[in-house]
Amino acid sequence: MLRAAMQWVGQVIVYVILCAGVGALASWPHYQQIEPNQAQIKLSLAHSGQRSKKCRRLTPQEIAKMPANERRPNTCARQRVAVRIQLLVDGNQLYDAVVEPAGLSRDGPARIYEKFVVSACNHSVTVRLKDTPGLGDFDYETTKQVAFAPYQSLAIDFSTDKGGFVFF
Amino acid sequence: MTAVRSILCFFFDVLESSLARFFPAQWNPLLNLGALGFFFYWIIAVSGVYLFIFFDTGVQDAYASVEYMTNDQWYAAGVMRSLHRYASDGLVVVMFLHLLRQFGLDHYRGVRWFSWVTGVVIIGMVYVSGITGYWLVWDRLAQYVAIVSTEWLDRLSLFGEPIARNFLHPGAIEDRFFTLMVFIHIAVPLILLIFLWIHLQRVTRPRINPPRGLAAGVFASMLVLSLVHPAVSQGPANLAQVPESLGLDWFYLPLFPLLERMPTAVTWGGAAILTLLFVAIPWLPPMCRLQPATVDLDNCNGCIRCFNDCPYDAITMVERTDGLPFERQPIVDPSLCTSCGICAGSCPTSMPFRVGSKLSAGIDLPDASMAELRTSLHAAAAHLKGDRRVIIFGCEPCLPQLLVTNETVATVPVRCIGQLPPAFIDYALTKGFADCIVVAGCAENSCYYRFGVQWTNGRLGRTRDPYLRKRVSDDQVRVIWAGRHGRRNLQHLLLKIDADLEEQKNRKARKNDRVVAERSKSHA
Repeated sequence: MLRAAMQWVGQVIVYVILCAGVGALASWPHYQQIEPNQAQIKLSLAHSGQRSKKCRRLTPQEIAKMPANERRPNTCARQRVAVRIQLLVDGNQLYDAVVEPAGLSRDGPARIYEKFVVSACNHSVTVRLKDTPGLGDFDYETTKQVAFAPYQSLAIDFSTDKGGFVFF
Repeated sequence: MTAVRSILCFFFDVLESSLARFFPAQWNPLLNLGALGFFFYWIIAVSGVYLFIFFDTGVQDAYASVEYMTNDQWYAAGVMRSLHRYASDGLVVVMFLHLLRQFGLDHYRGVRWFSWVTGVVIIGMVYVSGITGYWLVWDRLAQYVAIVSTEWLDRLSLFGEPIARNFLHPGAIEDRFFTLMVFIHIAVPLILLIFLWIHLQRVTRPRINPPRGLAAGVFASMLVLSLVHPAVSQGPANLAQVPESLGLDWFYLPLFPLLERMPTAVTWGGAAILTLLFVAIPWLPPMCRLQPATVDLDNCNGCIRCFNDCPYDAITMVERTDGLPFERQPIVDPSLCTSCGICAGSCPTSMPFRVGSKLSAGIDLPDASMAELRTSLHAAAAHLKGDRRVIIFGCEPCLPQLLVTNETVATVPVRCIGQLPPAFIDYALTKGFADCIVVAGCAENSCYYRFGVQWTNGRLGRTRDPYLRKRVSDDQVRVIWAGRHGRRNLQHLLLKIDADLEEQKNRKARKNDRVVAERSKSHA
């Protein structure tokens, strides 16, 4: 009798240990992605650079050589130029990269997705992008003063339709 | 590898024997890990179906519907949510214990590679199911899980546009994304069920349902946990903020902090190497293959006992090919045969009393035949002295533990205890080789080759063919499922047998004295 009772008590203890283990590890210990005095900048875009060579008019002879259903006045190179992107916070460069276009023929958009942790206070955020051939200046540049709250996540995207960089 | 296995084996043996103090042999949770995995799966499935009724797919609707279930309908959907969550965690616990135990017991090499490899696939699917489940709640934890897992997938550059861009800012995510996640969260567990079926293809009579008592205990404990500590959301997702503090589910998400912080080469390289290693483990090193069982048709009448007893479905019965007047004959598939010899133990022709012809069973192991077993028995009996002689028939997996040799005790090894035909016990006692026979093997429900203990219990209990003959009394045969760490129990049993035999001898002497005294009295 006593032995049977001890067995039942033992089983209950085993089940309690199982429940305690599962219940605890299901949500504890807590994990913190960034410190309480920090914020985050996400810089992500998918943008096609300009064509690597300018389009040119085809000569009448060139057009005549083409199959009738493929004849067109201009020809354009498929390849796009690499896109250069820079991110500066308070004048300090956090990111500077030349991103190659996607695709085997290098005709796709250049894509980036980067995250940066900054302190949660006022910052001057500058982003620059160059998508044309040559060594000239950046084609797009935006600077904003951002008062970062703790844990804030600032997203920066790029859209030519919206005139350049977009801050969310 | 052997050292790791030994440590694990010792750990599980200690745990198993500790649990055996509280649970009946059939209920021991460690002996039902696979069945418990199935049980958790069904809890998850049933609770998931209920939750799906109330779940809305949509950026705003998903969180709101889960909150409704958790708070407004806490007594039903809330409990179901908690059961769904905790049963999923329980599944991970029993899955890894099952994996470690099978590894520790060396149940993953040789013909068992198939179960191991399909098991690795199942682990992956369980994780995909669990992780996609966390997305659906669309709370801060879901946000974290979604972003980290998509960022990790993006590192492979397989997708045209980074899928993590779907979570760039609050306006980026679309309702359709949730529809896709719901589809994955339902489809993957259904495919998982198919893989569970494949996982069990090479074993006969798999235990997929735990004993009712154990199932009731586990379910009750999950229910109590759900009521005492219900699963709750961690605030609505807000992509404009990094979640402050997260209560990670460490059963499913322990690697997420690493995925976030470690370089691609480490995370993806590590995942690839670990997966390859897990898949290749059965061949690192491969098991030395023992010779599979062979059929001797001249001694086989197609009785199907071997077919019924084979634990790995390695025997099939086909139409007779040798012209003898029997319907069927067995065929052994060498790729499925573990060479346990259980088939030979069940064969009615494994009869050591045969003297007119060579001892050749209808089905036998070429490298551990019945003839060799009889020779071993003769050799063991030859050096025993006295009138309290004991022969132990012990299975090879436990043999180092069971090996006892002195003037009164000898050990005869068998591949698996199921290889021992009951006729050998009868033979040893009838021929006067021993005064008592001990049948010793793996712990109950924990047979190295599966079913050896169960079939032997049936044969000795005269409930499973071939039966132990009735002329063998219960006093003459002792059974001990000592396992690999039950040496002390075996020693106790041997001491008890010694005392019993002494007592029997004294009783017989007293009886003889009484008879002599009565005769003298009557003469006088």
